[in-house]
Amino acid sequence: MQSTRNNSAKLPLLKAPAVLFFPASACLAQSPTFSSPTNIFAPASTPAKSIFGLSLFVLVITGIVFVVVGSLLAYAVVKFRKRKDDDSREPAQVYGSNQVEIAWTVIPVIIVVVLFMATARVIANVQKAAPDNAVHVTVTGHQFWWEYRYPDLKVVTANELHVPVGVPTEIRLLSADTDHSFWVPRLAGKTDLIPNHPNVMWIDPQEPGLYLGQCAQYCGTQHAKMLLRVYVESRTEFDHWIQQQSRPAQSSDAAPEGQRIFEATACINCHAVAGTPAQGRFGPDLTHLMGRDTIAAGIAGNNHENLRLWIQDPGRLKPGSLMPAMGLNEHDLNAVTAYLETLR
Amino acid sequence: MSTEVITLPGTQTTVETSRRPLVDRLHEWVTTVDHKRLGLMYIVYALMFLLIGGVEATIMRIQLSAPHKDFVSPQVFNRMFTMHGTTMIFFVAMPLVFGLANYLVPLMIGARDMAFPRLNAFSFWLSAFGGILLYFSLIGANGLYGAGNAPDVGWFAYAPLTSHSFSVGHSTDFWILSLLVSGFGSIGTAINIIVTILCLRCPGMKLGKMPLFVWLNLVMAGLVILAVSPLSAAQIMLSIDRYLGGHFFDTQAGGSAVIWMHFFWVFGHPEVYVLVIPAFAVASEIIPVFSRKAIFGYPVMVAATVCIGFIGMSVWAHHMFTVGMSSNANTFFVLSTMAVAVPTGIKIFNWLATMWGGKIDFKTPMLFCAGFLFQFLAAGLTGIMLSAAPFDWQLGNSYFVVAHFHYVIVGGILFCLFAAFYYWYPKMSGRMYNETLGKLHFWLFLIGFHLTFDFMHIPGLLGMPRRIYTYEPGRGWDTWNLIVTIGVVFQAAGILVFAANLIWSYFRGRIAGNDPWDAWTLEWTTSSPPPEYNFAAIPSVKSRRPLWDLKHPEDPDWKYE
Amino acid sequence: MSAATVTIREPELGWGPSARGRLGMYCLIAAEAAIFTIFVVAYLFYLGKSLSGPTPRQVLHVPVFFTICLLSSSITIHLAVRCLRRAKTRAFARWWFLTLFLGATFLGGTAVEWRHLIDDEGLTIQTNLFGTTYYSLVGLHAFHVLMGLLALCTVWLFAMFGKVKSDHAERVDTLALYWHFVDTVWVVVFLVVYVIGR
Repeated sequence: MQSTRNNSAKLPLLKAPAVLFFPASACLAQSPTFSSPTNIFAPASTPAKSIFGLSLFVLVITGIVFVVVGSLLAYAVVKFRKRKDDDSREPAQVYGSNQVEIAWTVIPVIIVVVLFMATARVIANVQKAAPDNAVHVTVTGHQFWWEYRYPDLKVVTANELHVPVGVPTEIRLLSADTDHSFWVPRLAGKTDLIPNHPNVMWIDPQEPGLYLGQCAQYCGTQHAKMLLRVYVESRTEFDHWIQQQSRPAQSSDAAPEGQRIFEATACINCHAVAGTPAQGRFGPDLTHLMGRDTIAAGIAGNNHENLRLWIQDPGRLKPGSLMPAMGLNEHDLNAVTAYLETLR
Repeated sequence: MSTEVITLPGTQTTVETSRRPLVDRLHEWVTTVDHKRLGLMYIVYALMFLLIGGVEATIMRIQLSAPHKDFVSPQVFNRMFTMHGTTMIFFVAMPLVFGLANYLVPLMIGARDMAFPRLNAFSFWLSAFGGILLYFSLIGANGLYGAGNAPDVGWFAYAPLTSHSFSVGHSTDFWILSLLVSGFGSIGTAINIIVTILCLRCPGMKLGKMPLFVWLNLVMAGLVILAVSPLSAAQIMLSIDRYLGGHFFDTQAGGSAVIWMHFFWVFGHPEVYVLVIPAFAVASEIIPVFSRKAIFGYPVMVAATVCIGFIGMSVWAHHMFTVGMSSNANTFFVLSTMAVAVPTGIKIFNWLATMWGGKIDFKTPMLFCAGFLFQFLAAGLTGIMLSAAPFDWQLGNSYFVVAHFHYVIVGGILFCLFAAFYYWYPKMSGRMYNETLGKLHFWLFLIGFHLTFDFMHIPGLLGMPRRIYTYEPGRGWDTWNLIVTIGVVFQAAGILVFAANLIWSYFRGRIAGNDPWDAWTLEWTTSSPPPEYNFAAIPSVKSRRPLWDLKHPEDPDWKYE
Repeated sequence: MSAATVTIREPELGWGPSARGRLGMYCLIAAEAAIFTIFVVAYLFYLGKSLSGPTPRQVLHVPVFFTICLLSSSITIHLAVRCLRRAKTRAFARWWFLTLFLGATFLGGTAVEWRHLIDDEGLTIQTNLFGTTYYSLVGLHAFHVLMGLLALCTVWLFAMFGKVKSDHAERVDTLALYWHFVDTVWVVVFLVVYVIGR
């Protein structure tokens, strides 16, 4: 008969690190090992902070349960293992105990009640309506980009959301095609964008900066590359940005041929440039394209090479994207790129 | 362990003559209605798909081991996660569960076969056909004009992604049909299990005297009947949408994408109980035998399982916390989900109490059960975290959820199923497996499991959503994903050792005898493997552990029950 | 190898082996009930949500006569089984045939109703949410009636050749249980579609 002493002794030791896992995870959130622009334990907005508070509470309670029950299990597998010198008598057969059963029913019920009440409170807090002074944004999810409209401010843009700091922003969530999900972890929990099922969420970022996220509900081939960029700015900067975005496309004679090609080709079936015949809604609004840091929903920097490559063959940057390769020749491609680069 | 072999009169050891032609022997297997053979076929079928599902997982993990990798295209990756999920749930876990139930339930209740042997065979072949149909999509989904496409809509196939507008071609239809067909097979098996357990128990085996394995499979079968049917209904509706122009999930016509989610998860959540309750059943047989003690709190274990079955039917929308339900609805599902943790926890305590004061022998089955206990505890607790809806608004649809459910399914269910393999392998094959290889399998797989699934929680906490074929560098996810991928190597090694052990032991293992574990339920009274008729004389029992009574006539169980 | 075959008649525990068929049918009914529940839920959920097209109130006529046919067939099948238990095989065959006839009439009525809806009212499964849910729910039920009729027909053919005896009463009763289920589903569908839904 093989000795089982060594094997069973290893078991609790291996489990020891796991015991520390739950409470450690939250505490380590700030350390460099875990640094991430999308860390759910680094909230910067009230909904995210409410969730963070609840999550710490839940982690502590579950951590305690894990330590207590895990220790008992570890103790049992060590203390009650069969020893080499054991006789072959069977141990005392215990069939049950009503008191013990009641005890370990009542205690979990109490824990559940406590957790439930804490949770219910946070649900009510986060799911309440945003206050009246909120900025209103309507986000429409598309395969595979984000459309942003500010209905009160008459602004339409895409893929890069700007909001003022310190003020709530109420976000209405719609979808033009399949299900998507808006998830910027440091600002709020995620809420889905479901066609024919409008949702509402709100954020009130407390620190200016760029907050990242991405689509969190599988929506098709390029679900992975539907990134979110939320620019939280001071009120002045935000107002300035709104002002810029409200203007129609700067009429420029810098790239007339590119503009001609753009307006004569199928581009305008999908894209809109305010103040020109281009009024397509299937793809992102391009009126102020050059005001964005990135293209293709955040996956590539907005520079000449990427822009040109994107127009030439979107599949090279985002295979499965719904924008077709337009099949432009070299000359037309350069012209159209030059035109787009005038859209500030 | 066992120094006494207790045989009931009339049992025999079957001797396989290898001189009959192969064709005849295959024909016997194909036309069999014997629950033991069907059980073995379910299990072998499941193991084949386990390997295929594992390959799909490996492909995904290689692709995700570093950001912006180019190992597979996004289209292929999306098919991989769809096929991996669908295969593992429907063509690995379900057949394993049904296979074990099929093999063991009649033996444990002292019956000669299931209540409807031909329905049993029919259900198996339906389920098997479903799996083959799903994989046929690789060739057939685009019809004659191109290589086929596996479905790529996710194993939960949310609308309207599955509508004809967004899923052209036939790959989604293969998903629908294969699951519809195997779903009907599952319902057939479930009916069989229920009727067998309620009608064919041997004399003296009242419901309160059945082994826990039998009780828990009864609850599982009830859940299958109530849960698989909604999925079948939803799939019929989806087919009507795709082929008859219906609008069940057509949001352009005023239809609702959310109602698909409700219908799917009304199936999907009880489904995980369908998978885990038989795992509990296995643990409830193995832990007592290897601790040398009766299960602690048998009536409470039964009651807790029935409670889990009932409450588990009311928690489904915790998969939909981010969908935008009202705060009242969210709150209700938080409550029901947290409530189901109570009976589940009670079961863990009862297993703990069973081991307490025992003399635990850490043979391979018990090692896997010990792993199960710790891992299921952790998995349950991450489940509690997810049940707190606001926390789920961050954690949902992220790699935290992926880590959680793999913790349950691999760390909980698969570990128990491995334990079951090792425990009942001697009964099914007549040979002992190799204990050293068994332990090697355990340690390799344990290391791999923890490398992969412990660390998988972290990218979720750092904002990594699921079902993405690649990710951006600079999000802090890179190292963790790499570690997760490395764990796959150990798990694969463990599985190879397992397969080698099964095969080697079949030819070279020590002859097991009837009762190698000195166990207490009726299957250990037959020869190994049992004869086709199971029992020459239907036994009659007086307690929950008939063999304990026989081995300890001075202190039988029925005095205390 | 011991070959002693002893037939042991043990006292049956609660539901013994002879109750298998009934219990199996109850389980099947439970599964089918779950399927129908989902279709009923979809029907109720989508009431009033169609964006266009005919509404229930506009086009549905309450099928009183055909409902009476179907529900009476439950009575006739019950009488048939009772006759069979008492070994009155000719009476059994007559009642059984009447059940078949009533069931077929019901199905015919559904066909007539559908023809009217499609040709005269322009309501198809594609028209709107009402059309989709209506044809699916009523169609699913009609499909189950059809399956039931096929089974009933098979038994009737056996009866015509004199093969159905009183020993088969238990099995025939199990089939009758299915038929009663189909009728019960119709009661629910009738209430949901023609009473609540209008």
